[in-house]
Amino acid sequence: MSQEQNEKTDAITIRGTSDGLVITLGEGPFGAILSEMKERLESKASFFLGGRVALRVGDRPLSVEQLQALGQAIQECGVTLWAVEGDHPTTQLAVDELGLETHLRSSTLPPPPQPEKIPREEMVGVVVRGTLRSGQAVNHAGHVIIIGDVNPGAEIVASGDVIVWGKLRGIVHAGAIGDEGAVVCALQLVPSQIRIGSHIARPPDRGRLPKDPEIASVQDGGIVVERWEKKR
Amino acid sequence: MSATVITVTSGKGGVGKTTTAANLSVSLAMLGQRVVAIDADIGLRNLDVVMGLENRIVYDLVDAVEGHCRLRQTLIRDKRLSELYLLPAAQTRDKTAVTPEQMVELCDQLRPDFDFILVDSPAGIEQGYRNAVAPADRVLIVTTPEVSAVRDADRIVGLIEADLKGPPSLIINRLNPEMVQRGQMLSMDDVVEILAIDLIGIVPEDKEIIISSNRGNPVALDGKSAAGLAFRNIAGRIMGQDIAFMPLKGGGSVFDRLARFIRG
Repeated sequence: MSQEQNEKTDAITIRGTSDGLVITLGEGPFGAILSEMKERLESKASFFLGGRVALRVGDRPLSVEQLQALGQAIQECGVTLWAVEGDHPTTQLAVDELGLETHLRSSTLPPPPQPEKIPREEMVGVVVRGTLRSGQAVNHAGHVIIIGDVNPGAEIVASGDVIVWGKLRGIVHAGAIGDEGAVVCALQLVPSQIRIGSHIARPPDRGRLPKDPEIASVQDGGIVVERWEKKR
Repeated sequence: MSATVITVTSGKGGVGKTTTAANLSVSLAMLGQRVVAIDADIGLRNLDVVMGLENRIVYDLVDAVEGHCRLRQTLIRDKRLSELYLLPAAQTRDKTAVTPEQMVELCDQLRPDFDFILVDSPAGIEQGYRNAVAPADRVLIVTTPEVSAVRDADRIVGLIEADLKGPPSLIINRLNPEMVQRGQMLSMDDVVEILAIDLIGIVPEDKEIIISSNRGNPVALDGKSAAGLAFRNIAGRIMGQDIAFMPLKGGGSVFDRLARFIRG
């Protein structure tokens, strides 16, 4: 309980999950924890606005009043407190009294499953025949080949390469789990947005329509588009 | 004989679904077909207004589905064409009042007595849309030459294809040839290039549409209206006739026209 003031940044962790935000309270005096949580929430208030939050308090005993103070602070930032998970019986009673959930849906929150990284040469490809229309998406852990057009509003996410035998006008993400060596090629490469690995690019607002097939890859830390004939 | 169910839909609102449904119903009836036009836009009914039958509604689609009346009692005979009927939507309910299965059953009940059943779909891709498309043998997608309308039409084409409904046909509404010529509007080719489906009609922009909708007198009844002719041509194509697309009169200056003439 004798945490130094300057270590208080470790006392609070805020994470986004599929169930909303989860705030984990670390050790330290309740007052310090409360004020730090307020500060952290307020600094990103617009980001959290309208969301819901669950608290994980560990074995810290919390009274109804203390929980109410936490709930109030959370409410003031435009976020709703829906669950408090704690091991101490006092806390559990207080939570019950306030009518909040005592368990997050997934009791232990594992980090989001990281798809296994497979070497590009060993990835399996999927072939899609036909036009990919607005609202349609192809997600694949491997290479994606489209025989047809990819219309604006359609989306391809592949952990490997993306090849479009047609016009690519939608959003495309190659190397989606971090393969900067992935490429995107299309007969007409005019995506509304192109991502390779962690890079994002969009075409110039008044770009000319390419007449030849092109290939996009990451070079010198940016996405570069080249004519296929030249690159070959 | 069993009727063909044709659903008119678009995704985006305000592109002319109801106008198209009304005019195609009228045009098909003018070709001697027995037609019923169903307004599937429950809660926001308009087809009755555009067809000028608003004040004759007694029972509506939801009444029939819920068994408050017989289906026959909901049908309103058109005041001009004796083989044309309207099945109005309920105005005080919403889309959840009917299910897609009920729409299929309702159309199945009507099929023996008609040649065509035209369903006017609400905008959107939610339940109202699903209700309208469920009974369709054929889907007509209406779009205007605008990027947003084409984007939504593309979404609908994708949904129709996923439903295994067979390829939908496209109607481009409100095309303004002069604006296309000046490069200010998407052309027919631009739209067809993206959507890549069969084009069944192009309806030129026509001020008469607004006047006729307000008066409840579909333009297809007007022998002089260009839009009316376009709708009648679409009806003919639905019947399997081979009708060439109208030459779109490009206005512009004498010089423009001369230039086009020289370029061939």
